[in-house]
Amino acid sequence: MTDNIYMPFPMKIEKVIFEAPGVKTFRLKFMNEDDGNKFNFKAGQFGEYSVYGAGESTFCIASSPTRKGYIECTFRQTGKVTNALSDCEEGSVIGFRGPYGNIFPIDEWKDRNLLFIAGGIALPPMRCVIWNVLDLRENFRDVTIIYGARSVKDLVYKHELEEWKERRDIQLITTVDPGGESPDWKGEIGFVPTIVEKIAPSSKDTIAIVCGPPVMIKYTFPVLARLGFADDDIYTTLENRMKCGFGKCGRCNVGKYYVCKDGPVFTLAQLKDLPDEY
Amino acid sequence: MIIDKWLISKDSLEKLFNVLKKDSKKIYAPVGRNGKISFRETDRFGEIDTGYIQTAQSSKEVVFPRTEKILDYNKNKDGVSVKGFDPGSIPEVVLWGVRPCDAMGIWKLSAIFNWDFKDEIFNTRLSRVTVVGFSCARADEYCFCTSAGGGPGNTEGSDILLTQLGENGDYLAEILTEKGSAIVTIASELFRENTVLNKEQFLADVPVRFDREELRVKLEKIFESGCWTKQSLRCLGCGACAYVCPTCACFDIQDEAHGGSGMRVRCWDSCGFSLFTLHTSGHNPREVQSQRWRQRIMHKFSYMPDRLSVYGCTGCGRCSRACPADMNMLEHLISIQEAEA
Repeated sequence: MTDNIYMPFPMKIEKVIFEAPGVKTFRLKFMNEDDGNKFNFKAGQFGEYSVYGAGESTFCIASSPTRKGYIECTFRQTGKVTNALSDCEEGSVIGFRGPYGNIFPIDEWKDRNLLFIAGGIALPPMRCVIWNVLDLRENFRDVTIIYGARSVKDLVYKHELEEWKERRDIQLITTVDPGGESPDWKGEIGFVPTIVEKIAPSSKDTIAIVCGPPVMIKYTFPVLARLGFADDDIYTTLENRMKCGFGKCGRCNVGKYYVCKDGPVFTLAQLKDLPDEY
Repeated sequence: MIIDKWLISKDSLEKLFNVLKKDSKKIYAPVGRNGKISFRETDRFGEIDTGYIQTAQSSKEVVFPRTEKILDYNKNKDGVSVKGFDPGSIPEVVLWGVRPCDAMGIWKLSAIFNWDFKDEIFNTRLSRVTVVGFSCARADEYCFCTSAGGGPGNTEGSDILLTQLGENGDYLAEILTEKGSAIVTIASELFRENTVLNKEQFLADVPVRFDREELRVKLEKIFESGCWTKQSLRCLGCGACAYVCPTCACFDIQDEAHGGSGMRVRCWDSCGFSLFTLHTSGHNPREVQSQRWRQRIMHKFSYMPDRLSVYGCTGCGRCSRACPADMNMLEHLISIQEAEA
């Protein structure tokens, strides 16, 4: 056996969590203990998840590297592979290869305030960073999370949102798009950029991490600029279609930069140097 | 690089072929069938045609097959058993009669498949290929190897390069690598001392048509130029250019299922296809053909030299010959030099 870089690790689905309509989280355990022991990743990295017979699909690792022994992924059922994944039950075996890509430079954020802004199904890539930060809470100052979804039922990680709400060392603001609220909704109502503008978090010594659908990102960046955030202090992750995950299959590049190798994490300053191809 | 020059007579080529065959190597060589010359496995020297200007398909398939198995899987009641690609299944191969442009193309592929992550499947195939190149005595208006860093007698990528010394003449054999030396060793009686000093006079005349360094610099400034739309209006997005290209390596990964078992394959793809970059959400970063055409040119002449230090083109001209809409790569590259930012 040689080092076949396309060969996935066999992973057992230890737990399936229903997050929102069409959205599930899998907790995956390495079938071979040795694979698990050797496996290391950092916040921001992604992998290729596969169902044999259906194919591979790309998502981030949604659990924190501080939580050992398993990885988690959260996905929305949309295409052939995610539908096949969604049909898998606890105990089934799927494939995973990774980790790929660059990381959020959490070590550089020591003693800074952190502002997380996420929309919809883009909370998973950020959840990895949030738990990583919360597990090393003393290294950072204020932690603020602004999270929005189309409607109350579309919010993912509902139990964790409850937990974060209870914690005194985090400020959590949840919002739903106008019309998406339920009668008992106690959070904000409004699009994410509007709520960011309303809350007006301070940019002083603060790193902003923004993940969401392109339209949310597009309208959130100018708000952050108005609040005084420097382009170097705003981070996001890009998604582009991928097959290999390691710079060979040729489809995720934005200009000469490969999302799979140079990304997926980019600062706004870096994004401004990229052509509009994402 | 070893450079060792010998002579081999025209009549000895068949003997050399037979020695290699006896050495139990699979031989791929240009063979004409149905009016098209392409690289096929052959054990008959008589059917080989090395007089061609260009084959329809490049020889890249020998190191990077159109569809290649990555793994086999089998679902059973205990779960799923998966078997990775077996390097033992890859045969020793001689690639006979390859033009210098295709030989150079193999090394460009190698740059892609070894960028950071080493692709063992590709590398195993590459390690088991011996390239017997044949210089070009003729070229046509589509050839532009000399503008792409190659040439009709370029040695890069060949293990042995044979240059015929005039029509019906004997061949100059340049031994370039250990694999090339190994061939001389097993057929030493066929090679004799060489007195030829210069092969240049026997090579095709391929004038340099553009400066690729200048092109690279120019490309950095014209991402938003209108030239991409103008050039690609005719493009059908059929991907033929990528399939015939000796350096195009973009691929797809797909599962082929037959009931509970099947295989995962890696297969050729093309940046010219609209589905290539389409997100599941429906968003497409390269929505229109001009963006895809720009990607093709940028990848080969800007991104690859920037990131991998090699250009993604050998000047073989196949893309222009194959294009059903008659888009001419050489003409477009020349006209980019004139394009406004």
